[in-house]
Amino acid sequence: MSERRDLVYLYDGSFAGLLCCVFESFYQHERPEAIYTAESYPCTLYPVREIKTDPSHSERVWHAIERKLGELAADLTQFGFLTCHAQKEELLLDFLKLGFRVGPQVVHMLQNETVHTLTHAVRALRNEAHLLCGFLRFSEINGILAAVIGPKNSVLPVLREHFCDRFANETFMIFDRTHKLALFYQGGYARIVPVESLSLPAPGKKEKSWEALWKRFHETIAIEGRLNPRCQMGHCPKRYWGYMTEFGAAEAASFFEQPQPELIPADITENAYRSPRSSRLPQSAGRR
Amino acid sequence: MELIDKLTILSDAAKYDVACTSSGTDRKGEGGLGNAMACGICHSFSADGRCISLLKVLQSNACSYDCQYCVNRVSNDTPRATFTSRELAELTIGFYRRNYIEGLFLSSAVVGSPDATCERMIKTLELLRGEYRFGGYIHAKAIPGADSALIERMGLLCDRMSVNIELPSRQSLQLLAPDKSKEAILRPMRQISFKAAESSADLMRYRHAPRFAPAGQSTQMIIGATPESDFQIMRLSEGLYRKYGLKRVFYSAYMPVAESSLLPAPSTKPPLLREHRLYQADWLLRYYGFSAGELLDEKNPNLNLYVDPKCSWALAHMEHFPLEINRADYEELLRVPGIGVRSAQRILKARRTGQITWEGAKKIGVVLKRAQYFLTFSGKMVPGLKISPESVLRALMGERQADIFKEQAAGRQLSLFDPPPVTREEAYQCLNGEI
Repeated sequence: MSERRDLVYLYDGSFAGLLCCVFESFYQHERPEAIYTAESYPCTLYPVREIKTDPSHSERVWHAIERKLGELAADLTQFGFLTCHAQKEELLLDFLKLGFRVGPQVVHMLQNETVHTLTHAVRALRNEAHLLCGFLRFSEINGILAAVIGPKNSVLPVLREHFCDRFANETFMIFDRTHKLALFYQGGYARIVPVESLSLPAPGKKEKSWEALWKRFHETIAIEGRLNPRCQMGHCPKRYWGYMTEFGAAEAASFFEQPQPELIPADITENAYRSPRSSRLPQSAGRR
Repeated sequence: MELIDKLTILSDAAKYDVACTSSGTDRKGEGGLGNAMACGICHSFSADGRCISLLKVLQSNACSYDCQYCVNRVSNDTPRATFTSRELAELTIGFYRRNYIEGLFLSSAVVGSPDATCERMIKTLELLRGEYRFGGYIHAKAIPGADSALIERMGLLCDRMSVNIELPSRQSLQLLAPDKSKEAILRPMRQISFKAAESSADLMRYRHAPRFAPAGQSTQMIIGATPESDFQIMRLSEGLYRKYGLKRVFYSAYMPVAESSLLPAPSTKPPLLREHRLYQADWLLRYYGFSAGELLDEKNPNLNLYVDPKCSWALAHMEHFPLEINRADYEELLRVPGIGVRSAQRILKARRTGQITWEGAKKIGVVLKRAQYFLTFSGKMVPGLKISPESVLRALMGERQADIFKEQAAGRQLSLFDPPPVTREEAYQCLNGEI
């Protein structure tokens, strides 16, 4: 059976919205040429269909993924949505179509182009999140720990569990400059909210002395007889250096500017960041 | 003395300790600050390319011993400093909160007696775990010669313990570190491995049984300062893994830090490539099911510097190859150059969904450049595979090594393996004949 291909979908950019695109594609027997959000939409000659996000549709699709494709495929779908792959929407659509045809073993079909590309993208996401667990740097500002990162993939939902567990008694925030999202955590509650821009006050005297201590340690620990900058760059790519204290992040960066009176939104305890089936989704917030 | 100066002196004195891993234990945050991840996390990389995961410092560098190879030996004229327990605990917490580090690596020079040194370290650890409720990773060095009750207390406070065996043989130890004996080093090692086994058995019965060094123990030895062969070293490591259940053995290429008639001249370059090959062989022991006797023997006691140990083994055992990728079992796949633990596991998974082709193998993560000489895909080789001595050498050695090799070979008549398990021509015939 041939599917209709000569159209594009437009959706709202949410995970639920994408699941609704999958729903539509199945029901209409179509494989849209492309799936765009309002921001990514270029003018095309194809007819455009706007897909409304309907929770009942997305719930149904998510339920089917969990039941028919299994946990691994569900994880891959969720993580796939967070990657920076340029055509992640089409990729996920193809992956799910294949999955509904062959069942849970779809995650093992590593020789298939779609599955290969998706697992590759997800691996890059996980790797980046793992690296950032180490390379992220907090500065203490008025008792609050603040960090800025510029990841390629949208890693905040992946980082959430790690940092919330590690710094359970702290109040902290992590700002993702690329995706304009920030993770706020206080007293057992975490939230990811869109934040247009953020400027933090310059570090105080005490903070500066901590930075100096760390820089000194970082310099001292290297053995002169074994200097190997290529090896260093291989393990810690330069694109992370701009955010790392020991490589001079604080002086170079422009985000420590004017004071910002209220760092943590007042309604942080509200459990606002939800997607369908919140208990399983990586974006899910909640009391830990 | 300012804190920053102390930190400089005591991290400078600790930098020759190789271990900086924070792996081996999973622990959720328990209301305090910090947790531990089994995979370990690297927080930075220093200019020498080594990972910085832990705050690696000595409690004190005012040593009473006089080991020839060590910067902290009593006869060396170097600034001395000592952290108070409070200073060190606050430094650790301050770094940890800013996500600079994964935890603390605490070692110490022997100040006065081993027992006194050990007590001082324990005080720091108790402060961290108790008052500061620190749940991050702690790696502590057991001080050889300390009382066994102290070692036990220390093990309950930290995640990993280590005792450095320093040099690969008793004779070398006697020569260069007259204050340490092999027995004094092995005793705490045995005690730690016994205690750790006991604690994991208790944990099976009682969930809240105290955990003794849950991330196990490691050790390190200096290579290149004394004349031991790679075979002796690998056999020693193998014994340590089997007998004492060690998690890691670290090798550190000797950096000339002292002038002594007993040591290599200060101008000697550290044997970095040899160290690299030893690590590769060490991985083969731990994850690839090789034994030291397979990789080396009395006749060929040193690892080949031109090709990695696995390639070297494969070339000497061409009777095992080529291997059919669609039928070989996991252990066999692991022995193919160009296939690692992850790609072997992926091959097993992908095989369930269909025959693996050579294009597919590439997607799965097999390094075909090396593996192509050793594999068949549904009975066929990679199409268009050219086997010339030149291309095989380049593929198996890597471009840089091959260039160095060619230069040397042009200068004097040098065979690929020196002393040769296989010569260049034999390797070629081997490949050609089998394929």
